[in-house]
Amino acid sequence: MRNTFSETLYREATENPDIYVVVADISPAGSMAKFSTQYPERFINVGVAEQSMIGICAGLALKGCQPFAYTIATFSLYRPFEMVRDDLCYQNLPVTVVGMGAGVIYSTLGGTHHTMEDIAIAGALPNMQIVAPCDPAECTEATRWCARQKNGPVYLRIGKAGEPILTKDAEPWRFGRLRYLRRGSDVCILFYGVIGKLAQALAEHLAGQGKSVSLVSAHTVKPLDRDGVIEALQRHRHVIVIEENVPQGGLAPQTKQLAWDVKATCRLDCFTLQDRFIHNYGSHDDLLAAHGLGLDRIVQAVG
Amino acid sequence: MVATRVGSNRFDAAAARARCLAFRRRILDISQQVSALHIGSAYSCTEIVDCVYYGLMRRNADGSSPDTFLMSKGHGCMIQYVILEDLGVLSRADLDAYCTPEGRLGVHPDYGNPGIAAATGSLGHGLSMVCGMALAEKGRKTDGRIYTVLSDGEVQEGSTWEATMMASSLGLDNIVAFIDNNDFQSLGRTSETHPSFYPVVDKFRAFGWETVEVAGHDSQALFEAVSGATGGKPLMVVAKTTKGKGVSYMENVPIWHYRSPSKEEYRRAIEELEAAR
Repeated sequence: MRNTFSETLYREATENPDIYVVVADISPAGSMAKFSTQYPERFINVGVAEQSMIGICAGLALKGCQPFAYTIATFSLYRPFEMVRDDLCYQNLPVTVVGMGAGVIYSTLGGTHHTMEDIAIAGALPNMQIVAPCDPAECTEATRWCARQKNGPVYLRIGKAGEPILTKDAEPWRFGRLRYLRRGSDVCILFYGVIGKLAQALAEHLAGQGKSVSLVSAHTVKPLDRDGVIEALQRHRHVIVIEENVPQGGLAPQTKQLAWDVKATCRLDCFTLQDRFIHNYGSHDDLLAAHGLGLDRIVQAVG
Repeated sequence: MVATRVGSNRFDAAAARARCLAFRRRILDISQQVSALHIGSAYSCTEIVDCVYYGLMRRNADGSSPDTFLMSKGHGCMIQYVILEDLGVLSRADLDAYCTPEGRLGVHPDYGNPGIAAATGSLGHGLSMVCGMALAEKGRKTDGRIYTVLSDGEVQEGSTWEATMMASSLGLDNIVAFIDNNDFQSLGRTSETHPSFYPVVDKFRAFGWETVEVAGHDSQALFEAVSGATGGKPLMVVAKTTKGKGVSYMENVPIWHYRSPSKEEYRRAIEELEAAR
């Protein structure tokens, strides 16, 4: 996904001389190397200086440019948090803060490299928009949108590498709208981001049981498509939310709140990361499973 | 009052002195509307900000400037407000409504208000934004200079040093920064909080900046420090200043970092400013 992001950004930068990428000592894999070679004056590496990365993006945006801040998610959002809040959100500048390898993708690097609460934190900031594509194709759409929007700041939460294509038969991508990857009438699985692989496996399992399943990418986590979520709650007998974020502040609690607000009668199950730091190592799937986000456990829980 | 011709090689120090007295007086008057306004911090950088606006920034015929001023030490913005009022960018009504529900000006500069380049108030944010602005000017091949004023306490923020490193690494010779080196922060003397930070000027030179030390209430010296710079590097002007400068009982007394004078204190301050004319 990060290569898709880089390639899309490179293409956008070719057309728009105001696009800058400000990175913090991240390896210029794939098209990022092409960007840095082709447009060295618009590829800024601040080194290990993330506060400056965000501040420089703010300054560029204050002069009308369209900058992207790019590094591993913990370091693009947590380390320079007050700069994200004051410089970007308070001033409402069209800067995209890219959180690469978000969630527990850096599964052997330990908790210092996990962003388990980035959605809650970014979502709490006024003016901040959050987009979390589920596969490389959706990442292309999201990146292109970020490069052209002037609403204000965006937290673009992306994966790393090797994500399968989930959106081959999906509806067109639209910012702020739920995107049905498949449509059914019994069960609706809501998710965003690279945990879509697990959501799709669950969808296939439930379909194998004879259920009619909707699989929905809630790629725009903020502003959330509230009408779309309400419609999903009202049109399905069972709604399942799967997200790679702590229980608070993400899609799951918002869905529960909307369900309460509209007196939804469907069954609602939510599966999230746990509200605890874990000290496990292994694959991304191993870490998700350690948090309770494994297919077997979810299948068992949803009956 | 009439602004001196800006963008020229000459700077009328006598006119600057008259302006700065009037600005201090105007701030004193506004102080009577509110309980607090960082008066000492504004008096400390009065000559610096005056020099930037009336001596250094170029001005187009329509009043706009190709240059930018960003008040990194946002708490000193009262001096910026009264200068923007003098330049007609802010109105008298704006300043009369300072810190009221009817107004739009608060204790820190807010982005979106006329003449305000960025929202500051939290220290250590300004210099990185200045770097980004300077980078944008370079990218567009325009010759805009970015001026900023930092407080000496602000330089304790690690983020200031990230930006200091970036400005020289990126070759941003279109940055002119001033440190309002008044040796005071909220809890006392800056030199007592961090003795090893001194001499300040050496640190910036070591980070690849052109540096100059200057008497921060000497308008002519401030102007010449910038107009006489060698160039080719970002410029740091370390200006030795006195917190609360211009009103004897405020000078170097920490409580005047923030509070407003009482009626009696106001009267005494006016007397002092009038006597200095």
